[in-house]
Amino acid sequence: MSDTKETIARIVARFFKPGDVVNLGIGLPTLVANYIEDGVRLHTENGLIGYGQTPPAGQEDDDFTGAGAQYISVLPGAASFDSGTSFAIVRGGHLAATVLGALEVDELGNLANWSLPGKLVGMGGAMDLVTGAKRVVVVTEHCNKKGEPKILERCTLPLTGARVVTNIVTELCVLDVTADGLVVHAMAKGLSREELQAKTAARLIFPGSIEEIAETA
Amino acid sequence: MDKVIAKEAVGALFKDGQTVMIGGFANHGNPKRLIDVLVESGARGLTVISNDSGDPDYTTGRLVRSGQATRWICSHVGMNPEMGKAVAEGRIDLELNPQGTLAERIRSGGAGVGGVLLRTGLGTVIEEGKRKIEVDGVEYLLETPLRADIALVHARKADGCGNLVYRGTSRNFNPLVAMAGRIVVVEAEEIVPIGSLDPDEIHTPGIFVHMILAND
Repeated sequence: MSDTKETIARIVARFFKPGDVVNLGIGLPTLVANYIEDGVRLHTENGLIGYGQTPPAGQEDDDFTGAGAQYISVLPGAASFDSGTSFAIVRGGHLAATVLGALEVDELGNLANWSLPGKLVGMGGAMDLVTGAKRVVVVTEHCNKKGEPKILERCTLPLTGARVVTNIVTELCVLDVTADGLVVHAMAKGLSREELQAKTAARLIFPGSIEEIAETA
Repeated sequence: MDKVIAKEAVGALFKDGQTVMIGGFANHGNPKRLIDVLVESGARGLTVISNDSGDPDYTTGRLVRSGQATRWICSHVGMNPEMGKAVAEGRIDLELNPQGTLAERIRSGGAGVGGVLLRTGLGTVIEEGKRKIEVDGVEYLLETPLRADIALVHARKADGCGNLVYRGTSRNFNPLVAMAGRIVVVEAEEIVPIGSLDPDEIHTPGIFVHMILAND
């Protein structure tokens, strides 16, 4: 299970190049930080660009935390700012990408990840991030805990954003969201097109050349 | 010019039915001592505006537990199950906003701006009941300003003029909240002499600040 998540994180980390500033959501997206190249900088919406790993025990500082209230270390070149500036960065298109988890994602690039029936949470900064970041990468295990597809024709839960997702990365495939639909960019080694389609509730487009995830990663 | 006042004088500010705006983010950078004074005041029927509702009975979450808040405008309540229960039981009327939209609405309130045009939330439940305005072929939602009767702010340092310096990610909503209150009250970890802060290092100019809670 954790291998699955690490695989996804490794694939996504390769999307980014030095100089990019990226916002990683809570949960699976956080793992991407372990694999990014030096020079890719991380934005946290509570007001900082340039954070690194969890600080060693004893060096935690209550004035340097992430959006999940976790302690962060501050790298050389970091900048802190207020929430207004933070979301000017987000909405203004200054982030190369945001990486977020999903409850559901669909072939139009709609994302639902903030509201579950019977549980009150709130959207936090997710709606702003999907609206403003240049690239919106959804990372998710391909199916939910019941084995049902999370990639659908149409989302059924309340949306975080409409037509905002650019890429979907699961342990089985990397999908590009295009005007024509979901194009398979890469697939797990040994997986057939039929098997992948059977686990996906939206029509997949298989181009002539598809990378193997082992190679992509 | 000294704006430092005693706790009792701050407590006397709070009245039933007020709107109170509070800085902080996920239990960091909240004005915890001012929240204590608000809880002790017993003022009820409050509208709270803050990023989130804290943990159960911690930071802003104290105002959920105390039953003082009856309306709440914020972006996230997931850390505080008591909020979910209060909303389900009809004790708190909750209005969720995208976080950047909340920040911009507060900034508008403080800056005398009549609203902002944002694309965030188009095609979601956020657009319900809001005016859509097209500018150069791009559609936006009109988001209206937020102000408060009293704004509560946490700073790293304050001088007697009310000039404020924040530190790290504890800054978050505080500089915005500090502009949007009819009365702005600050708690600072350190109150420094007037003249000891370099004008260029000040994040919030003292003109926005009315009172500073005395440090014991």
